[in-house]
Amino acid sequence: MTARKRLTAILQNGGLAIYAVFALFPLLWMFILTFKSDAEMLTTTFVFTPTLVNYQQVFFHSDYLRYIKDSFIVSTGAVLISVLAGVPAAYAFARYNFKKKETIAFQILSFKFAPEILVVLPLYMLYRQMGLYDTYLGLIWVYQLISMPLIIWVVRGYFEDISVEIEHAAQVDGYPWWQIFFKVLLPLIKPGLVSSALLCFIFAWNSFTFPLLLAGIKIEPITVAATKYLAQSTVHYGQMAVAATCSALPSIIFAIAIQKHLVRGLSFGAVKG
Amino acid sequence: MNNPNEINSNSSVLRGINTVPFKTRVRPYLIVAPALLITIGILIPFVMAIYYSLTAYTFRIPNSDFVGFRNWTRMFENPQFWNALKVTITYAFWSTTVEMLLGLGIAMLLGNLKNRFSRIMRVALIFPLMVAPVVGTIIWQLMLRSSVGIIDKLLNLLGIYGAQWGASHQTAMMTVVMIDVWINCPFVIILILAGIQSLPKSPFESAKIDGGSAWFNFRNLTLPMLKPGILIALLFRLMAALQEFSIIFALTKGGPGDTLMSLSVTAYTQGYMYQRFASALPLILVLWFLVNVVANIIVKAWRKAQYQAAGKDIEETHAKREKNASNQIIREGK
Repeated sequence: MTARKRLTAILQNGGLAIYAVFALFPLLWMFILTFKSDAEMLTTTFVFTPTLVNYQQVFFHSDYLRYIKDSFIVSTGAVLISVLAGVPAAYAFARYNFKKKETIAFQILSFKFAPEILVVLPLYMLYRQMGLYDTYLGLIWVYQLISMPLIIWVVRGYFEDISVEIEHAAQVDGYPWWQIFFKVLLPLIKPGLVSSALLCFIFAWNSFTFPLLLAGIKIEPITVAATKYLAQSTVHYGQMAVAATCSALPSIIFAIAIQKHLVRGLSFGAVKG
Repeated sequence: MNNPNEINSNSSVLRGINTVPFKTRVRPYLIVAPALLITIGILIPFVMAIYYSLTAYTFRIPNSDFVGFRNWTRMFENPQFWNALKVTITYAFWSTTVEMLLGLGIAMLLGNLKNRFSRIMRVALIFPLMVAPVVGTIIWQLMLRSSVGIIDKLLNLLGIYGAQWGASHQTAMMTVVMIDVWINCPFVIILILAGIQSLPKSPFESAKIDGGSAWFNFRNLTLPMLKPGILIALLFRLMAALQEFSIIFALTKGGPGDTLMSLSVTAYTQGYMYQRFASALPLILVLWFLVNVVANIIVKAWRKAQYQAAGKDIEETHAKREKNASNQIIREGK
């Protein structure tokens, strides 16, 4: 029996290890590539003299920092607006009973599932006419389709977890509504709010279809810029690897930070992890 | 855009709508309004899409002459459309199937193993999911290049030469599916793993006493209880896979030939690259319809599974909310 148990353990660990290699090796390989000079790129595999020249090139001799800035402005703006408008809405969905409540809530959720191309083609025409094409505001607005449903549905779940009695107690004690909201409710939903806001940031940061069609000349988020690196005639693989690594880094760091709440965020509150 | 003033006035917690004055009755609508207005503004194009699909509009020659269903009939006569439909369904089928099976397997492994390796992997496995799909595709593209990539070198060691990956008709689909699995399998894993971790212990203890085989327990205990979580993962993955654009676009732009011309990519090529706006719209409206049909089927199944699996375990409010929720999706789909 023990021999069989040990065999199962070996098989299970082995299976996991194979998947781990599949999942993590590409990222590791890309990271290694960032330290490889162009000269050694095609001739060596793992043994080479590491250099920082790719980092220098990308950060000081290319537009990379501008792409990062664009991505950052658009993603942050999108998250801020979603939080400001979405958290009150989430509260209303959690606490009030009103006609058509679930219809409205589901309408907002359905935005997440509309094919991006379907939204973006007519929007391209509209943005051109309205002067929103290739602007920060235009992108921030369209990113609401990514971030607003997520904030509303996830934060709503966290509001629903708070007992109404706590609010009643605070009311009886004579606190005005805004003090109840900021001093009682907000601290309680803070983990949920922060994690869903960061997840929105990641999604907005990673978004590709929207900026590809609605921006790309003056404003160029890194996802769009990254594909252009590949199309160049002389590809500097090391520099591409640097660009890819640095664009992936914020998302990965945030994801580790919100790990505990990730399941709830990713499933829009449908699975409470 | 958003107006915080709209949420002032006293926000007492309400029950019993009928007895309250008008001012308090409209309050929830006012609170929801900013969020709704912001998102609904984006939806104007959606209505426009349906209208313009009936016109002869192009970006070059803006001409909104009404042409009835010409764009639609042309699309149905065009073999390109049927190919796009086939590619879309094939892609969605394979990527979702592999992700669900692999995801379930890995989640079971992670749930069983309690060592440090599995604890580290629980965190590390989500990394590919967090990398932008485009960037993930670029990484794979580099790995698969015969010049710089590592995979060819490894295959050479095994005696396999000249794999074409995305550049060949035979392997292009397999390649994008593989990249999709790499990016999205962690999503399935962590959703199912969350389900595994919240499984009640008692049924498994009694099953142990009864002495059922591992496979029997898995099929008759674990799987039914995990079903709601599995269906949610399936719902999200299938809907996204049907619409997938960035992976295919970043890898081959739909090529070679029309091997990977899915509905999304075809619509993009027609509408944006060739600027034939009106003739691209029916393609994505068909896609939208397809996504809706699939979502309705899965949501129905999920609702049923929730009833069967949850019993009294899930808190009542939660179940009630989700029941309402699924009702809504079904109603909207009709």
